[in-house]
Amino acid sequence: MAVSTTIDKVAPDKTPDKTGPRRPVVYRSLSSDRKWALRWSYFFLVLFCIFFLMPPVYMLITSLKTSAEISADPATTNPWWVYKPTLENYVELLTSSQFLTFFKNSIIVAVSTVIITMLIAIPAAFSLARMKFWGSTTLATGVFLTYLVPDTLLFIPLFKMLATLRDWTGIELFNRWYVLLVIYPTLTVPFCTWIMIGYFASIPKELDEAAIIDGATWWQTLTKIFIPVALPGLIAATIFAFTVSWAQFLYPLAFTTSNDQLVLPVGIISSLIKGDVFNWGQIMTGALLGAAPPLIIYAFLMDYYIAGLTAGATKG
Amino acid sequence: MVDMTAGQSAAVPRQIRKPKSPIARFFGRRSTIAFLMALPLILLIGVLVIYPAFYSLHLATLNKRMTEFRGFDNFSFLLFKKDAFWTVVYSSCLFAVSAVIFKAFIGFVVAHFVHNIPAKGQRKWRGMLLIPWVIPPAMSTLAWLWLFDSSYGALNWTLAKIGIGPIPWIGEPGWARFSVILVNVWFGAPFFMIMYLASLKSVPDALYEAADIDGATWWQKIRYITLPMMRNIIAITTLFSLIVTFANFDIVRVLTQGGPLDQTHLFATWAFEIGIRSGDIPLGASVSLFMVPILAIAAVFILRDINKRGNEA
Amino acid sequence: MADVTLRKLVKMYDQVQAVKGIDLEIKDKEFVVLVGPSGCGKSTTLRMIAGLEEISGGQILIDDDVVNDVPPKDRDIAMVFQNYALYPHMTVHENMSFGLRLKKFPKAEIAKRVGEAARILDITELLERKPKALSGGQRQRVAMGRAIVRNPKVFLFDEPLSNLDAKLRVQMRIEIKKVHQTVRTTTVYVTHDQIEAMTLADRVVVMNGGVIEQVGTPQELYHNPRTRFVAAFIGSPSMNFVPCRLESHADQLAVRISNEIAFFMPEQKAARYKKLSGDGQLLLGLRPEHLTDMRQHMEPGCVPFDAQLEVTEPMGMETFVYFKMNGADMCGRVNPNAGALDGGPLKMAADLNNMHLIDAKTGLVL
Ligand SMILES: Nc1ncnc2c1ncn2[C@@H]1O[C@H](COP(=O)(O)OP(=O)(O)O)[C@@H](O)[C@H]1O
Ligand SMILES: [Mg+2]
Repeated sequence: MAVSTTIDKVAPDKTPDKTGPRRPVVYRSLSSDRKWALRWSYFFLVLFCIFFLMPPVYMLITSLKTSAEISADPATTNPWWVYKPTLENYVELLTSSQFLTFFKNSIIVAVSTVIITMLIAIPAAFSLARMKFWGSTTLATGVFLTYLVPDTLLFIPLFKMLATLRDWTGIELFNRWYVLLVIYPTLTVPFCTWIMIGYFASIPKELDEAAIIDGATWWQTLTKIFIPVALPGLIAATIFAFTVSWAQFLYPLAFTTSNDQLVLPVGIISSLIKGDVFNWGQIMTGALLGAAPPLIIYAFLMDYYIAGLTAGATKG
Repeated sequence: MVDMTAGQSAAVPRQIRKPKSPIARFFGRRSTIAFLMALPLILLIGVLVIYPAFYSLHLATLNKRMTEFRGFDNFSFLLFKKDAFWTVVYSSCLFAVSAVIFKAFIGFVVAHFVHNIPAKGQRKWRGMLLIPWVIPPAMSTLAWLWLFDSSYGALNWTLAKIGIGPIPWIGEPGWARFSVILVNVWFGAPFFMIMYLASLKSVPDALYEAADIDGATWWQKIRYITLPMMRNIIAITTLFSLIVTFANFDIVRVLTQGGPLDQTHLFATWAFEIGIRSGDIPLGASVSLFMVPILAIAAVFILRDINKRGNEA
Repeated sequence: MADVTLRKLVKMYDQVQAVKGIDLEIKDKEFVVLVGPSGCGKSTTLRMIAGLEEISGGQILIDDDVVNDVPPKDRDIAMVFQNYALYPHMTVHENMSFGLRLKKFPKAEIAKRVGEAARILDITELLERKPKALSGGQRQRVAMGRAIVRNPKVFLFDEPLSNLDAKLRVQMRIEIKKVHQTVRTTTVYVTHDQIEAMTLADRVVVMNGGVIEQVGTPQELYHNPRTRFVAAFIGSPSMNFVPCRLESHADQLAVRISNEIAFFMPEQKAARYKKLSGDGQLLLGLRPEHLTDMRQHMEPGCVPFDAQLEVTEPMGMETFVYFKMNGADMCGRVNPNAGALDGGPLKMAADLNNMHLIDAKTGLVL
């Protein structure tokens, strides 16, 4: 785009018609065309930003309101404005042991899922990208296909499997947050393996050969060469695994019920919405706090986040 | 090296290593180690994805109490006896197709706007525009639920200011369908935007410069350069989104719970309703299995496109 | 320091033989270059010596020990790759010391060796940099440094200069030679560039299609190639070949190229080729420097002929002239003052003292 700005400066609209009869307007309109294209781009970007940011901004606005203000007569008050800002909702939620339990469960589940995912995905990706064994190419394709199997296809058979397993072993598996640690990796491992295969495969083969000659075992090659070199991919995969586990809604909704076992998204919806009574101030505060960890990670590691997002289709 | 001391005297070449035992050799083999490293992945996929997928097929052939084999009774019951099923088919397809089309279109347009502005501002805009994708959908749908609120909601208030409404966003079947699609488009369009933007950036500038010299209009540039160069990524992103959208659960579950009058149920939410909440696991499994054909077709095409990308590289 | 011996070395990829049973003895401290066209199996051979490729048949011995089943790290070799293969996340110092650190060498010893290698290669100031911050030539030096610090029995180089631009390549070539003179480690060096091979090697191994065509010093290969392939591959511009017949005229022997052109051989050549005077299909091989302009005082054995030039390439010190001889493309090397002009005629001379005769069927130099 540097081109367009220099043209803007050098060739203002008054360029004379010297180009002959065939295309007399082209030169003159080039710079002003670009200027207008730029203005329209900004105009529409602002419009789209308003659309895309409206819900989170409205969450924030509502979370700062008192319940009186929320239920004030819409004829006289503007819902987009906070007349009496208050942190009441935040104080209430962050001191409620129930909410803190949800938060704690979510953190434990998401962090453990990330660890489990990495422990499975990294060695698998290393072996699929480099070591080759019978059926490894098929497995790599299989990993990708697994990633396309949605949770909504599996929750019913998994539900029944858990029930059967409980009846066999006598261990209660329903309504236990740790069961999610077994289930969540099905959502995270395939994608993380897939993008790690891509990152590992992009490391030149000579690099591990150099390491082999330097006397590294395959394990040292993995830990001292591959993991550090593919660190950006690893970070992207970690972010993916964390955000997916944090946002997962269906499995905890199906497999957990009692308040001390719920994770945040389900917790907010099932405990803050009681019957038809909606305490919107608290719901929005809870939703915002529930959205905060992914948003904070995104704010600091945006480039890795986006790299992970695009890697699924461009790597591997 | 340790073994070198005797080197000179050795007239006959000798092996440095002693032969290993068969077991040691098996574990020392590179391919064995590779297999062992992939084993957790294989087990995970086998036990928690492939097995349940087939188990689901088995479950779907049982009666409600899961005591008897009933063959395809559940499927034929859904297809021929249950009117609600066809409503779900209709709204699922409507939802998935229209949401994906709008997401793809908005994503394409927004990606172009971002690509148009000077490079140093792009990061900031891109960062803001991707936020809907980052927020857990269950959480952001709550915000939409509140925005859609019929008496205190901010949307109707705003529309009233310009003389429109009030609109029964989730109170009336037609509008409820629209709202569900709207929320999904809001959530998913940024993903398309990011994918398209990445692929726009990979088109060499020289192509556009060559087209400028040939006197191409902006539309011709899109038609003959941008679209062909992006074709593969558009295909992959669209098919991928089709799968995810078709199998969507969170938005409908939070926004309408299938209502009003079960008119907005998708396969996933309806299967949840039947299988988990009403406890008819076989019927729920049958419902969710009806997603498989469409998912499988999309997956096959994605795989083809991904392989194509691999070959191009 | 060590000898390396290859015995009937074979490499199969699926059904294809990439290396077809080669024998080679590399002596201690020797600098041996494997040279040949792309795909002839040079890298495969080198990688088998390194232990990076499994050996399908035959043996490799390092210092009389069969190392077929010895993993690379225990073979005590070091390798320099074409793309350098520096670890991108480590500094130059860490790159060079990686192998030593894995072997748990004491810190002081590592520092001493890295310092020494850095001094030899003149990269002491770069030790704390990451590879990304280095130029191509510097990366190449670091890659060599990584090999030197290990103080291995054998250095293996796989086209180490191919990624450098022409000028730097010449410079690094000299550098490699100097390093070898300093450390005197047995070296096996792979390249497709015959000039690199000629300038670096104690002995050159010319490979083609998975077999060794000839082994010898650069001078031997240049003056006494054993096959047409070697004759054509070594030397630039390449040797000219033109089909010919032998004719006996009384006690003299002549090569007849066409009805119009025939050259009488000098005596010592005639003696050598006398018994060949049959009707076997032969090729006359002459290097461009033996197709020169006519001079006042020609040596005996130089035969004059007229050439109709097509293209001339003035190089400054000399001029290459291109012409046809009985349909075959020929290149000669003439004095810049000989008056060679594009499309012009030139009186030239063929120096038959340096001629080669090649059996067209077997490709063997007779
Ligand atoms: N991994 C492989 N699989 C199959 N064929 C190979 C492989 N590596 C090399 N080859 C084949 O072996 C032959 C020799 O290759 P190489 O040793 O790399 O040649 P070069 O002399 O150019 O280094 C080539 O024909 C090549 O196609
Ligand atoms: Mg090679």
